[in-house]
Amino acid sequence: MDYLLEVHDVSKKFGDFTALNKVSIAVPKGSVFGLLGPNGAGKTTLIRIINQITMPDQGRVILDSESLQPKHIKDIGYLPEERGLYKSMKVGEQALYLAQLKGLSKQEAKKRLKYWFERLEIGDWWNKKIQELSKGMAQKIQFVVTVLHEPKLLIFDEPFSGFDPINANIIKDEIIRLKENGATVIFSTHRMESVEELCDHIALIHQSNKILDGKLIDIKRAYKTNTFEVGINPFQETGFENELISRFKTSKASYKSIGDELKYNVKLSDADSANDLLDFLMTKGSVCHFVEQVPSANDIFIQSVKSN
Amino acid sequence: MNHLPLIIKREYLTKVKNKSFIVMTILSPVIMIALVAVVAYLSQINNNAKREVSVLDNSGLMQSVLESTDNINYSFLPNMSLEEAKTLVEEQENYGLLYVENSIDVDTLANNIKFYSVDSPSLTFIGSLEDKLGNYLTDLKLERLNVNIEQIRNSRVRVDIVQESFVGEKTSKTDSIVKLIFGGAAGYLLFMFIIIYGNMIMRSVIEEKTSRIIEVIISSVKPVQLMLGKIIGTSLAGITQFVIWIVLGGILMLIVSSVFGIDLMQSQLTQQELINQSANTGAVSFEAQQVLVAFSNLPILNLILAFIFFFIGGYLLYSSLYAAIGAAVDNETDTQQFMLPILMPLILAVYIGIFTVIEDPHGMVSTLFSHIPFTSPVVMLMRIPFGVPIWEQLLSLGILIGTFVFTVWVAAKIYRVGILMYGKKPSYKELIKWIKY
Repeated sequence: MDYLLEVHDVSKKFGDFTALNKVSIAVPKGSVFGLLGPNGAGKTTLIRIINQITMPDQGRVILDSESLQPKHIKDIGYLPEERGLYKSMKVGEQALYLAQLKGLSKQEAKKRLKYWFERLEIGDWWNKKIQELSKGMAQKIQFVVTVLHEPKLLIFDEPFSGFDPINANIIKDEIIRLKENGATVIFSTHRMESVEELCDHIALIHQSNKILDGKLIDIKRAYKTNTFEVGINPFQETGFENELISRFKTSKASYKSIGDELKYNVKLSDADSANDLLDFLMTKGSVCHFVEQVPSANDIFIQSVKSN
Repeated sequence: MNHLPLIIKREYLTKVKNKSFIVMTILSPVIMIALVAVVAYLSQINNNAKREVSVLDNSGLMQSVLESTDNINYSFLPNMSLEEAKTLVEEQENYGLLYVENSIDVDTLANNIKFYSVDSPSLTFIGSLEDKLGNYLTDLKLERLNVNIEQIRNSRVRVDIVQESFVGEKTSKTDSIVKLIFGGAAGYLLFMFIIIYGNMIMRSVIEEKTSRIIEVIISSVKPVQLMLGKIIGTSLAGITQFVIWIVLGGILMLIVSSVFGIDLMQSQLTQQELINQSANTGAVSFEAQQVLVAFSNLPILNLILAFIFFFIGGYLLYSSLYAAIGAAVDNETDTQQFMLPILMPLILAVYIGIFTVIEDPHGMVSTLFSHIPFTSPVVMLMRIPFGVPIWEQLLSLGILIGTFVFTVWVAAKIYRVGILMYGKKPSYKELIKWIKY
C-alpha cells in the first residue's frame, strides 16, 4: 500500500516519564486515520513529533517517502486540541499572518481566504477582532487556517469540540470533501461515533504503547464474537427456550423493539454457521430480528484498553 | 523557511497599534512637561513674592547692612519697645520682625539677634541673613581689633588642582561631573529600557500561552525564531516609543516655554549654579565655560559606539530571560519568584554605577563589575566617559556577547518546553530539567 506517513519505532521520554515507547504507525494515502487512546496515552506527543514541535529520542518519521524535515511544515496542516487565536488581532490580519507562516504569499493567501470565508459564510467577519467572536466562530476560522495552504497531511485533534451540531456537521462534510480531493487526514478524538463515521484506519495508543492498529473493518472482524441478536415468536412457547439453550450458547438480550417477541443473544460455536442458527429458528417460530453483533469502535476501545 | 521578518513585523505592528501603547506614547511626554511646567511656574510665583521684614535696630548698625532688594523690603522701625514692635508687625501681617539689641561687644550683639514671625521662616532667607550679618560683624570686630581688612582679603589664596593623565589628558572636577552625568544617563536609560520592554516581552509571551495560539504558531516556526522575533519586534516598538517621547517632549518643551514664558531650563540651571557656587565660590561664567570644555573632552565616538553595543547586548541578554520567564509561567502573578533574580543584578549594577564609579571609576569593584555580563552594560556605560582602554571594553563586550548567546540558548530551551506546559507553576528544579530535555 502507498503510505503518506510512516512512523517507525518512535520513542520519547520526558525525564523519567516515557511518553512514547517504540510506536510505529503507517497512514495510507487518501485515508482518514483515527489516532485513538485514553487521556495521557501519548497521542499529543506523537502528533507533536509529526509536526516537528518535539523531536523524538529515537525512531524515524517519513513523510511522502522522505525523512521528515523543516520544509515539510508546509505539507502539514495541524489543528491542535489546545487552540486559540490572538485575541486583539483582526480576523483577516490574523488569518493572513498564519497563512504566510505556512509559506503562502500574501496575495495567494488573500485569494484563498476569500474563497473559504465565502464557502463557510463568514465573509463579514474579516475586520472583527477575535475577542468579539464566539468560541464556535473562532473555531471555524481556525479550521480555515489549518486547511488553507492545502497540505497533503491534515491533523485534527478533537476538531468538533466547541461546535454546535450544525457547525460540527459542516466541518465533518468539509473534512470528507478534503479527503475526496486527495488529502490524508489524521484524526484524534474521544468521540467514537465520529470515528465510526469517518475513519478507514485506526491506531490505538495506551500507556505510551501502540496496542492496536489496522483497517477499522479488519479490526472489527477480529473483534467479533460470532454473536447474533435474535428475535422470535415461537410456534410453541413451552420448551422452546430450553431447546435453544441446549443447542446453542444463549443468553437473554434486551434490544429495543415495538413487538413482544422473545429476545436472545446467541453465540455460535466454531462448528455452527449463521445459517444453522437461522434454520433452527425458522423451524421453531417466526423470526423477526436477526442481527450479527458487530463490535463498535467504542467496544473495541474499551475492551482493548481494559485488557492491556 | 525564515519567518523572522514576518514575526518581527507582526510583533511590532500589534504593539504599535495597541491603544494603551499609543495613549502612553502621546500622554507620557505631555504629563511630564506639564508637571515640570507647573513646578517651574509655582516656584517662579514663590520667588516673585515680596517679603516685608521689619527691623527693630537698637544698635544703629544695621541700616548699612540690610538693603532692600526686589524680593525683600526692610523697613526700620522707630524707637519703641520690643513688645510694641511685635504687636505692630503682627497687625501689619509682615513676614517677620528682626530684633537687634544694642551692645558694645560684637559677640554679645551677635548672640542676641532674634527673628520673630508667625510661621517659621524659609531656610534660605535665614541663611542669607545670617551670612550677611555674620560678614558685617566679623569685619566690625576685625576693625575694632585694628586689623587691616584689605590685607586679609588680598591674602586669601584659591587652589584649583589641574589634573592630567600621563598621556596628557587634562581633567578637572567639572569634567568629572559632566562625565558622571553622561555615563549615569546612559546607564540609567538602559536600566529603564530593560525593565519596561523586558516586561512587555514577557507579557506578550504569556498572552500567547493563555490564548492557546502557541501550538498553532510553533507548528509553523521554530520556537527560537518566535522568541527572537518577539524580542526584536518589541524592542523596535520600544525604540519607536522612545524616539517619539524625545521628539514630542522637545517640541512640547519649546511650545510651553515660548507660550507661557517660563524658562524651564532656568530652574534647573539655577540649581546647577548653586551647586557650583557652593563647590567653589568662583565665577559662574567660568564654570559654564568649563562644562563646555568638559563636554568637548568626552570621547564622543567611543561613547556612542559603546552605548549602541552595550545597550543592544545588555538588552538582548535580559530580554531573553524575560521571554523565558514568560514561557515558564501561565499568568503574570506567577512571575514574581523568577523576577527577583533578574532585577537583583540590574539594581546592583545601578548602585555600583552610582556609588562606586563616582568614587573611583577604575577601582577594583568598578572594573570587576564592568566585566561581569549581568552588570557590565550599565556599569561599563557609566565608566566609559572616564576613559576605559579599548581592549577592556572589547573584552567586556566579548564576555557579554558570549553570555548573551548562552542565555538565549538556555532561554530557548526553557521557552521551547515551557510554552507547551500548562497548569502548575514550575520550580527552579523543573526549569533545569527542561534545559536538559
